[in-house]
Amino acid sequence: MSNIIQVGMADMKIARPPDKLMTAGLGSCIGICIIDKSIKLASLAHIMLPSSVQAKNPQNRAKFADSAVDMVVEEMQKQGASVSRLQAKIAGGAQMFKFSGDSDIMKIGARNAQAVEEALKKHNIKLLASDTGGNHGRTITFDPETGDLLVRTIGHGERVL
Amino acid sequence: MTDNFNELSSIQLDALKEIGNIGAGNAATALAQMVHSKIDMDVPQVSILPFEDVADLIGGAESHVVGIYLNVSGSAPLSILFILPIANACLLVDMLIGKELYSTNPEELSDMDISAMMELGNIISATYLNSLAMFTQLSFSPSVPALGMDMAGAILDAILAQFGQVADHVLLLETQFKKEDVDVVGHFFLLPEPESLSVILSALGVNF
Repeated sequence: MSNIIQVGMADMKIARPPDKLMTAGLGSCIGICIIDKSIKLASLAHIMLPSSVQAKNPQNRAKFADSAVDMVVEEMQKQGASVSRLQAKIAGGAQMFKFSGDSDIMKIGARNAQAVEEALKKHNIKLLASDTGGNHGRTITFDPETGDLLVRTIGHGERVL
Repeated sequence: MTDNFNELSSIQLDALKEIGNIGAGNAATALAQMVHSKIDMDVPQVSILPFEDVADLIGGAESHVVGIYLNVSGSAPLSILFILPIANACLLVDMLIGKELYSTNPEELSDMDISAMMELGNIISATYLNSLAMFTQLSFSPSVPALGMDMAGAILDAILAQFGQVADHVLLLETQFKKEDVDVVGHFFLLPEPESLSVILSALGVNF
């Protein structure tokens, strides 16, 4: 029996086949999917913000790009993954609102994407594919069996990374 | 208390509901005048929710919605979000512009349709803020409205991200607008920033 494990906002889950990981309605948030293909262990973290450094409440590590990647690496290692085999795919980081004027809310998606890429680099995790930016939401499903990342949108089609 | 919404007393919650009631009442009247139709509202709810639960209030993270967002600055900064299913938004546009009902196609919105949606959000928010300003004697300066059309979760997370830096929960003052008792028109959310809450409560005389 295969389950689809839902990952909420600022949350992280780990799964093995036949289960799949899913997070719905990514806007400026980013879904970070990391897999160790040789043992078919996969994780999905739904981060909201780029950095935990200035945060008043960094306890929830899955909320921030930097601490979420640290957390994923630790947790996946505990379950037998090797950091050198980890590979990543990411999606999200859109700009949902058209604003005239200059506001931080506009740039959060792009800042998130950049922070995720830096955090992956820090751990030498290879970024295999990414679907970030634009101005549309994304619902993603990550399959630990194949490593495929299905990205669904409203009005911008579907694709597999 | 400012960082912990859960410590609000029942008097404070009632005070928030009351300003929600009056603000939304005026907003419903303004909306009704614009679309020439009777608009009702339900009793405002004050909820303190973890971020991931907010989308459930509006039909789940994947439901297709229109969100009109205003960032309000002043001594008590807050965010306003008027969110409604895309079909309802189109219906309101029909009524506002005086087109035949159900003639606005969500797949092919014109600039005029979009601008009508923003205007709806603008009027509702401005009316609501006026009542809030009268009650609290605080001044609020709203931004121009920003419009997003997409999955509810995606619209919300762009807004909640602002709160994420300081909190894991959000305080929502929510009102549903209804047309002739049946159609739920949309949800109106007022999201005070954590430090704004005590400013508003003080102004209402219930900050103890």
